[in-house]
Amino acid sequence: MMVGGPSRAGAVSEKRPWTFYALGALFLAYMAFLYGPMIVIYVLSFQGENGGVTFPMVGTSFTWFADIVKPGQMANIPISFSRSVMLATVVSLLTVIFSVAAGLGFRRRFPGSGVVFYLAVASLVMPSLLVGFGIGLGFQFLGLQTSMFTSALGAQLTWTLPFGMFAMFAVVNRFNRSWEEAAADLGASAWQRLRHVTLPILLPGILGVAMGAFTLSYDEYARTTLTIGQNNTLPLEIYALISSATSPTLFAIGTLTTGGSFLVIAITLILVMRMQRRRNAAILKAG
Amino acid sequence: MSTTTSLGHIDMPRPRRFALPIPRLPGWAVSWLQVGPLMLILSVLFALPTILFLVVSFYDYDRIGIYPAFILDNYRDLLTTPATWRVYLSSLKFAVIVWGVTLFLGFSVAHFLVFHIRSSMLRTVLFLLCAIPFWTSGIIRAIAWIPFLGRNGAFNQILMALGATHKPLDFLLFSDFAVIVTYVHLFTLLMIGPIANSLAKIDPALIEAARDAGASRWRTMVDVIIPLSKTGIALGSLLVFTQVMGDYFVVKTMSGGQSASIVSMLSTEITAMQYPPASANAMVLVLFVAIMVACMMRVVDVRKELVK
Repeated sequence: MMVGGPSRAGAVSEKRPWTFYALGALFLAYMAFLYGPMIVIYVLSFQGENGGVTFPMVGTSFTWFADIVKPGQMANIPISFSRSVMLATVVSLLTVIFSVAAGLGFRRRFPGSGVVFYLAVASLVMPSLLVGFGIGLGFQFLGLQTSMFTSALGAQLTWTLPFGMFAMFAVVNRFNRSWEEAAADLGASAWQRLRHVTLPILLPGILGVAMGAFTLSYDEYARTTLTIGQNNTLPLEIYALISSATSPTLFAIGTLTTGGSFLVIAITLILVMRMQRRRNAAILKAG
Repeated sequence: MSTTTSLGHIDMPRPRRFALPIPRLPGWAVSWLQVGPLMLILSVLFALPTILFLVVSFYDYDRIGIYPAFILDNYRDLLTTPATWRVYLSSLKFAVIVWGVTLFLGFSVAHFLVFHIRSSMLRTVLFLLCAIPFWTSGIIRAIAWIPFLGRNGAFNQILMALGATHKPLDFLLFSDFAVIVTYVHLFTLLMIGPIANSLAKIDPALIEAARDAGASRWRTMVDVIIPLSKTGIALGSLLVFTQVMGDYFVVKTMSGGQSASIVSMLSTEITAMQYPPASANAMVLVLFVAIMVACMMRVVDVRKELVK
């Protein structure tokens, strides 16, 4: 039955089982699959001035990066980018507040919890464009103009809130209630318990929710397209661009996005590591 | 000074802190206060609009406007058009294939990261490597496959350099193959996340116990690990399935106009302001997705597993 595997003692010794190598190879293949086309667009974004969106490369240049900010055809990219970031920031903030609260609320059984749960599931699995369609229809019936911080914000929340709530379930499940009880026994008020015990412990999870909601909103297309009104966000602008003309500018945007992502992640990692070190130091001092 | 004294605490020393004169809320009320805002937002922005297009799907329409009515024509027209069935069937086919592939890939990757990587720092870095492409616009990631799979694309160049083929392969781009590849590229992370989360919660002692009791690697996997990760599998499946069914641009861009998706068909009607037939189409899609999701939730009680 053991297909070429080491003996069961393999778990005790430090020898890797054969599944490690098999899965490791699969992981590498997945990475190649994930980054292969990405690397192609990174390379093509440096396409020469006369080159197109496919190989071969006709020299190299920064033309397409310059095109992003050059006034003219692509002039909408920087402003739609700033709109996307603003909207994503607001979405992320609201998602954190409401879904963290909801995650905490679900820690005890309460009448009607099933309704809330299944409403969130339904909202999560609803085909995206239909949410935008429904909200757009509603605004039209009410005689309201759709706009970024009303209808589009709402449409995105129907996707980020359930996501945030489910993520919080996973975070809250690992939280040990006896810590809060200990704080209560020591005389902490409800607010003090939340402020000094619950939230600091949940913080990494909450940051995860914030980042996830930001990403979902920043890249959201189908919910936003029918609810945004006059001013396009970045994904809508990109979609308009690929329908009209294709140029390596799109790839340059992709390259910049990835560079930006690496930067943000690096900064976040450094902050988290610092936070952990400070907490460990505090524990050492206290204990 | 405090004025609230309950019977059981008459003789207790009173806390020195000034107690606010608000009565303590019962637990269920606190929960509702915490859940309330989310519930309100979802009711107004998700439930109401859904009811709205349910109502509109029975309306009458012509070239000028839409009229309140209760007619079933929109549904009849939709369901008697062969194109509708063709599109649903092809979307379902894509959904099933992509589900299978992402499940296998996602589970393997998650298993590797959770059980085989020992350093938690390395694990975080590898997780991030999986997540970073997700930050690039899905549209750009989809069209990134065009220069990769095209006739003069990177993949064909590699194949020809290796001598695997003499002529560039044409079926790679603008085909069902390209659509599936793009979906898998876009959605595998949706499987990795929830499954990894489930796997991370499994107590390693259980796996050791299974091994000590003489279970092979395969039996441990089938009888211990998979049953314990079924919540993650169900959540991931739910996300991937509904993403494919609700897809807007992948089929449109990557099939080269050969196939349509349900939603792109629907959006054509919306741009033409034919709201009642679009609503009927939307309702059928919602019902279809709802039935599939309900079936999945029957197999795995996600709620019981998530809310403990």
